[in-house]
Order: sequence, then C-alpha cells, then structure tokens
Amino acid sequence: MRGVIALVLRRMRGPLILLILTYAIAVLGFVLIPGEDAAGERWRMDFFHAFYFVSFMATTIGFGEVPYVFTDAQRLWTSISIYLTVIAWFYALGNIIALIQDPGFRQVVAHSRFRRSVRAISEPFYLVCGYGDTGSLLVRALAERGRRTTVIDIDPHRINELRIDDLPLFVPGLCGDANLTDNLLAAGLRHPCCAGVLAVTDDDRTNLQIAITSKLLTPALPVLCRAETRETAANMRSFGTDYVINPFVAFADNLLTSLRSPDLQRFENWLTAQPGTPLPEPASPPKGRWIICGFGRLGSAVQRYLGYAAVEVTVVGPRPPEDHLPYVRGTGTEAVTLREAGVAEAAVVFAATRSDADNLSIAMTARELNPDVFLIARQNNRWSDAIFRAARLDIVMTPSLIIATEIMAVLAAPLLREFLRRARHQRDEWAVELAKELRAINDGRTPDVWAVDIDDDSAPAVAAALTEGHRIDLAALLTDPRDRSQRQRCLTLMLVRNGEYLLRPAPEQELRLGDRLLLTGSERVRNRLSWVLRNRHALRYVLTGEQLPDGWVWRWLQRRRQQQETRHAPGQ
Amino acid sequence: MNLEKVVFGFFILLALTLNFGFFIGDIGDPDHHNVYEFFAALVVNLIATVMKFGDRTHIGALLLASGLVADLQLFAAALVWAIAIYAMNLGMTEAVTASIVSLAGGALLANVVSVTLLIVETVSLQR
Repeated sequence: MRGVIALVLRRMRGPLILLILTYAIAVLGFVLIPGEDAAGERWRMDFFHAFYFVSFMATTIGFGEVPYVFTDAQRLWTSISIYLTVIAWFYALGNIIALIQDPGFRQVVAHSRFRRSVRAISEPFYLVCGYGDTGSLLVRALAERGRRTTVIDIDPHRINELRIDDLPLFVPGLCGDANLTDNLLAAGLRHPCCAGVLAVTDDDRTNLQIAITSKLLTPALPVLCRAETRETAANMRSFGTDYVINPFVAFADNLLTSLRSPDLQRFENWLTAQPGTPLPEPASPPKGRWIICGFGRLGSAVQRYLGYAAVEVTVVGPRPPEDHLPYVRGTGTEAVTLREAGVAEAAVVFAATRSDADNLSIAMTARELNPDVFLIARQNNRWSDAIFRAARLDIVMTPSLIIATEIMAVLAAPLLREFLRRARHQRDEWAVELAKELRAINDGRTPDVWAVDIDDDSAPAVAAALTEGHRIDLAALLTDPRDRSQRQRCLTLMLVRNGEYLLRPAPEQELRLGDRLLLTGSERVRNRLSWVLRNRHALRYVLTGEQLPDGWVWRWLQRRRQQQETRHAPGQ
Repeated sequence: MNLEKVVFGFFILLALTLNFGFFIGDIGDPDHHNVYEFFAALVVNLIATVMKFGDRTHIGALLLASGLVADLQLFAAALVWAIAIYAMNLGMTEAVTASIVSLAGGALLANVVSVTLLIVETVSLQR
C-alpha cells in the first residue's frame, strides 16, 4: 500500500503545483484589479472574496459576479483565468485517470493487494508455483479439503483463470516469475503459517530454482517438486528436496507394478484417488509384446521399466533409440509403420508422443489393424478429456493428473508413502485380501486416508487415559461411539512406534503414547473417530460402556444415587 | 549541479523567508503585517509541500510532515482572518491580529525545521 501512495503522490506533484500556481495567479489578479461597488465607488476585492470567486469559477460552477457586478477590466481577467484554471484542472484529472489505467500502476496495486491478503492468512497454507493443468488440479483438490493456498504464475491468463475459477476458498494469485525470490517471499515463503512449497510449473529450471530458494531460506519447510528429466530430479534430491515427482517415471513404475501384481496396483490407486469418488478400476495390460510410439522421456522411462519385467518392446519414432532395440522409423500414425512394427501380433500399443492428435490417431489406426490390441495413450492437454473418453482407450496417461494425485497423496498423509513402499514387499495374497477389504470399507467408493498421532495435541482424551494407566487396544479405539456393540468400518493400515513400522496391526494391539496410526475409512468414520480421540466421555463409553453424566447437576445427582445405593446395600 | 535540487531548495527557503517577513513586527499592530505577504507565504508553502510528495526516505517523510504542519498553521491563520472580518465583523483589532500572527509564528517554526532538515540532508551527502 505504501508503494501505491508514494507512486500516486510522485505522479501528482506536477499537476498539483500547476493547480496551486494558477489559483494563486487568478486570486492575485482579482485582488489587484480595482472594481466598483453598487454606489459606483472604487472598490478592491479582498483575498477572501477573490478565493471564493476563483473557487467556483475554476470548477466552472459559476454563481455570477459577486459581491458587485464586475467592471470590464475584471471581466477580462475572469476570461483569462477561466482558461488558465480549467486547463489546470483537466490536466490534473487527466493525470489521475492516466495513472489509474497505467499497467505499471495496476501491477503495483495488484501486487500490494496480493501481499496484504497473503499476510492476512492465519491458517496453514501451501505455496503453489504454477497454475497450469497440474497447479489448478492441486489448488482445487486442496480447496475442496479446506486447505488454503497461494499461487504464483508467470502467465497473466492463468491468474485470470484463477480469479474466474469457482473455488470454495479465496486463493490469492500473483502474476510473476517464480524464479525471483521476491515473488516467493510475497507469496508467503517466510510466513509462519506456510506449510509447504509445491513447485509444479512446466519448466524444470524454474522448479529447480524454487526448490533451491526455499531450501536455502526456509530449510524446515517441505518442498514438493515436479521434474521431468532424471538429471533435474537427481539435482533436486541432492540438496534435500523432500519429494520429487517425475510423472513419466511414476507412470512407468505403476505400469510395472500392475504387470507384476495387479491387486497391489489396484489398492495403491484406491488409497491415492480423490476420496468420495467411485473406486477407479484400472485395466492391467496383458502379457505380450509392446509397441511404443514416440520414444521421448515417457517412452524411454516405460521401456526401461518394462525391461525389468522382461517385456519385449518395439519402438516407433523419428530417430532410432541409443540402445539396440527393435526399431521402426515413422510416427505410428500411418498404417504402414504400425504394420511394419508388427501390430497384428502385438499385445499393447502405447502412444506416447507429445501431440494429442498424433496419440489419438495412433490409437485409432492400431485398433483398425488389430481390434484386440490393448491401447494406452498419453493425454497432454487437460481440455482433450472428452475426445480421449470417446476413444474408449484402455489406459489414458495424463501427466498433470499423475503429479496432482501423487502430491495430494503425500499431503493427505505422509505416512501413506511409507506404507505403500512397504506394501510392495508383501506377498500377493496379502494384497488380494487388502483390496477385498478396501472395496467393502466405503461401499465401493474411494476411502479417506488419514494419520492419527496418539499425543496430547491430536488425541487428548486417549493420551490422558493412557497416562492414567488405562489399557486401550485398537479394537476398543475403533468401536462405534454411538453403539458399543458395533465396530467402526475403518481399517488400520499401519502402526508406527519408535521408528518401527507394523503393517496391518492386529485388533488386540495395545496403544502407547507416541504411537502413530495410518487409518482408512469414510469421512464420517473419520469424524466419529476424532470424537473418541478428543472427548473423554465418548472414550469412556467405548472402553467401558458407562455413560458418564455431564454437567455439574448430573454429576451431583449421580453421586447422590451412588451414596444412597451404598447406604441401602447393607440393609438388603 | 542538480536543477531539481535548486528548485526544491528555493521553494523551501522562500517559504521560510516569506513566512518570517510576515511574522516580524509588533504582534498586535495590523500595519506591520501585510496581507499580500501572507498570501505569498501560503501559496509558496503549498507548493513546497507538494514538492516534498513521494519521497520514501525517512528524512523525506519528516520534511513532508513539517510542510503539512506549516500549511495547517497558515490555513488556520487564514480562517481566523476571514471569520474575524467577514463572519463576525470585528475588524483588525489587536486581539485578532495577535492570533493571526501567532499562528503564522507556529508555521515559521515548522518552516525552520524544514530548512534544518534540508541542510542536514545536504551535509550528510558530503558532496
């Protein structure tokens, strides 16, 4: 705000001085030029009357000649001073209007408004750099979960989109370069409530710059980064970036998992999808030879991971790959190229080029040549949703969606990453069993995943009971606080104690102070459980079945009743 | 030599000198205090204040503050003058003159502060 006022004052200096000068000249003229009063006597206007007359003359209001009718000399001076002062006024007004419309001035105003709204945030928020496909998905998902964000994007159109987008929370957006430290600071990098930085611009260099800036200025703040090449990812990890997401590697990794253990892939998808949506049922690619069209970063990542599962691959592309893979020159959009690559015997065709039109064309041509082939296509642009749906492909790979999903999973429950990493080492039957239970837990919808710390902050009632020496096991904690005979429909995925990770702990597992639990279930169950964790009476009821009276009067009555019972007891 | 500095210094000094010229003389005697000089002092003070606009340094803020104080004092004097003569028809009595001149004296003090600050700034530049 200070900058805005200083700017206005500096720009108004000239017009204001001009205005004062013209007024002074006009007033002085009226005082010096003699006039005649009603009786024809010589009379001189004084400063008061001169100022009064000039004030309404300059603003062209015009009350007439006061206090006496003017002489010709006075009228001459009036004509001169009208033009003098009116021009000065127009100049001043024109200057103000020009200033308001000045793009530089507007930017200063927008910047200072942004700073003010960021400073006013009093709850945890995430700093999102880049409001493209990924950024807008993330901001929306966070806003729907009631988390606040601030946004920086270099493209003014995207910031306009942010203003137009109908988000449930106010999200301040700054149009500026995230490479500049000043902009990051304005967006709240050093704000005490800043909970993390999400660098998801479509430029690797910028993401790297954001990561290094935040790690240097605020080392404790978690930084989540998007990186599209292995070099950038390695660079980011080298200085402690908390989480680096390469959408191509993430997708290749998911493909490999679904080839090896479809059930593991299935529940990984379920735990990381948007809660409340129907459970996604991704198809698993069949065994057999793959044709990869487009051998860029995505194509080579997928080929590398397929190599781990010993899958045969034929590459179609404009340039031959460095390794000696079976290769056909072309884009894959022509039937000749695909036929040469052996589409008739192939099990999977993967269209991985940077162009959505090419990818769709490859998929449609491949289907024509081999109706049974499994089709995977990369969708680069979020706005192509409708045509990709209409093409009825088996898997659609959207980089922005993959990044957003991964980041949301990390933000929702950091423990989930640890759980999923450990789940990969489990046997297949274990995954099958868990997938079956997960499907039932929220009536076929995606469950919510959350972590609970058994401590004074997030579970005060349980912490107090444990300190008093009560024994609480998992089964008791997960009892329905409305009806003790029912169990809550909620799964315990993992228990963390002293750095040890226990997957799927048994219901008899006793709780201790400092434990961390990773749970999954519907949002309703989550709310009910937090009631048990925080409310002593609810906890008492699920543990013992006693319903404690609440309030002073009821407690007094309860005491009285107990006393009477003890008095009567010996007599019976 | 910087022309901007010359103009700036000129107006601030002129505001002080005109103000002083109006102030000096017998405090109750209207003949010692010229209305044209007062008008000139008021106009030059206003211009000097506007010239101080938009400076974001600390000394610039103090300069602006002292200018605003001087303006306020002179405005008050002009108001007293106009009310005494036209609204209450008192004429230039000794009491009215004394209060106008004392208000202008306050403005003079503020102008002295302005000039002092200007000198301090100039000296601290050492060039």
